[in-house]
Amino acid sequence: MNLRTPLSRVRHLGSAKDGTHHWWAQRMTALALIPLSIWFIASVLSMIGESHQNFALWAGGPFTASLLILLILATFYHAWLGLQVVIEDYVHATGVKFALLLLVKAACILLATIGVISVLVLLFQ
Amino acid sequence: MSADHRPLSPHLQVYKPQLTSVMSILHRITGVALAVGTLLLIYWLAAAAGGPERYAAAQGFMASPIGLLLLFGWTLAFFYHLSNGIRHLFWDAGYGFELPTVYKSGWAALIAAAVLTILSWAIGLAVM
Repeated sequence: MNLRTPLSRVRHLGSAKDGTHHWWAQRMTALALIPLSIWFIASVLSMIGESHQNFALWAGGPFTASLLILLILATFYHAWLGLQVVIEDYVHATGVKFALLLLVKAACILLATIGVISVLVLLFQ
Repeated sequence: MSADHRPLSPHLQVYKPQLTSVMSILHRITGVALAVGTLLLIYWLAAAAGGPERYAAAQGFMASPIGLLLLFGWTLAFFYHLSNGIRHLFWDAGYGFELPTVYKSGWAALIAAAVLTILSWAIGLAVM
């Protein structure tokens, strides 16, 4: 028996058929970001004052470039999931909420793409 | 009473702030701040890919007073979100829900965030 009103069902409120995926993805990206972000901060600290050439050599190595790309992907996936929840919690006007959700998602995808492309440019230089 | 004017629960205006609630909202605030701060990270990476001149311009901005202030805020927000995030992951795994433990882990996360921020800047400024 389904106690949901027909109106709420047609408005797509309730289960979106992805269960705990959002929650789980946020935790898994959080877990991945612990070593990745600590590695990144430590690396940046050790690179302070280095020339552009040395920085490019470091970032353009296959191992570093791989970790940087993983860091960028995990960061923006995690940021998107987090910002989405914040918007859903505090913005209640449907139109504004929808626009903000789309904007945040687009911004995360755009920034992640710029980041990954930048790393690839350094890798293939 | 229309839906828009119902009192907000929890009643923030009569609530005494506790360590738990303040740290909870700080986790969100630092999360949003870090998301905005990724603009700086991506600008810096793109500048590095753009060549020595653009990289020098980005480095110059980071070393300016505004750049250093942004980086300091970003570092503090990062270490807070990291420490408190690990605390959250323990809760998600089902550990640390006893009230004294919640307060102990809260203080531990705050102290860890402060120590890691100070340590990073001590190293960074020594290298500079």
